[in-house]
Amino acid sequence: MGTTAPETLLICEHCDTVYRRRPLARGDVARCACCHAELERHQRLSVSALLALVLTAMIVFVQANMWPIVTLGLNGQLSGATLWGTIIVMWQQQAQVVAVLAAGTLFFFPLVKMLLLGWLLWFARLGRRAPGFVPMMVTLHYLQPWTMSEVFVLGALVAIVKAHLYFDVVADPGIYAYAALTLLITIFAGVDLRQLWELTPEDQA
Amino acid sequence: MSALPRAAELGLIGCHVCGLVCADAPGHAEAGDALACPRCGSALHRRKPDSYVRTWALMIAAFLLYIPANVLPIMRTASLNDIDDNTIISGVVELWVKGSPDLAIIVFTASIVVPMLKFLSLGTLLVSSQRGSGWARPQRAKLYRLVEFIGYWSMLDVFVVALLTALVRFGLLSLVEPLPGVIFFGLTVVLTMLASMSFDPRLIWDGRDFDD
Repeated sequence: MGTTAPETLLICEHCDTVYRRRPLARGDVARCACCHAELERHQRLSVSALLALVLTAMIVFVQANMWPIVTLGLNGQLSGATLWGTIIVMWQQQAQVVAVLAAGTLFFFPLVKMLLLGWLLWFARLGRRAPGFVPMMVTLHYLQPWTMSEVFVLGALVAIVKAHLYFDVVADPGIYAYAALTLLITIFAGVDLRQLWELTPEDQA
Repeated sequence: MSALPRAAELGLIGCHVCGLVCADAPGHAEAGDALACPRCGSALHRRKPDSYVRTWALMIAAFLLYIPANVLPIMRTASLNDIDDNTIISGVVELWVKGSPDLAIIVFTASIVVPMLKFLSLGTLLVSSQRGSGWARPQRAKLYRLVEFIGYWSMLDVFVVALLTALVRFGLLSLVEPLPGVIFFGLTVVLTMLASMSFDPRLIWDGRDFDD
């Protein structure tokens, strides 16, 4: 049960139609003729550029987590919230399920994703497969749908507007860090990480 | 229906995880032993295993949790002289009335329209695919991709409640607390996401021969 020329064939994940792969020019997107799902797109970002973006995302992520997101004022009293402050309060308020969901989708999963990507891309830049390449790629695949930072940004906006009815609201640097993070996530949404399988040669181990 | 070759007909399997095109070993499904992808080691399946049963089960579970998520209040706002319990709908109404109809629409879409759309769409996809229907296949394929894409935005209201709880801590003057509805709602979103992931869009294109 060997491999049937992995580079030449491509199967549409949405309808099982088989295609012969064709080289894509800049800006090209290959679509399935049967179900119109995207098959692959030209990857304009090099490994180095991706690595730079991941490092940027890491820095922004640290800022987004350390800095308070919003501060409320009421009669001179101030009350701010960071992401972890929010998670801890939810845990204390008998909403542990929500605390765990928030900690996973807003902190641990994005963190693991960035660390794994950084590691894989660092080695890919040297033309090698990183130690632990295969399990890491599989982990990344399963983590993919479970990071929700961009939803949190919209949630923060809604919370600000709601709080604005009763309190003085000051947007803190954390919200800007989150906005930057959302921008980076959007760029990464167009990146097909499966290219790493082909970019790096398999070890003869 | 189309002249395009399909992997199952050619004896090929695409790996769900890494996308590698692998040769199918005839008879492996009957033997019951799983075939592994030579590149990433994941189990290979012609179709996602037990797709119909799993998707139905997860979707029904999600729907059952969606009822308390809407009926029970998700958030309590307490101040000196009054306590106000909000459900998802009353939160939307409050946003609308107090001057942010645009955000009210966003929250309404994320919390009500998206989950309902997911239930209806997945239900439609399940029933039509199980019947091997050839009706509107490209549109159904598109519907599935839409469901996958918008699903996680429903988490919006959960994050709003979490943030408000963390922010509004002014002791007796003003306090926000999460209420059980928000937990049910969070679980609903997770279950609908799992449901749409376990549905195999290839089933839309299969005839009756692939029914399990």
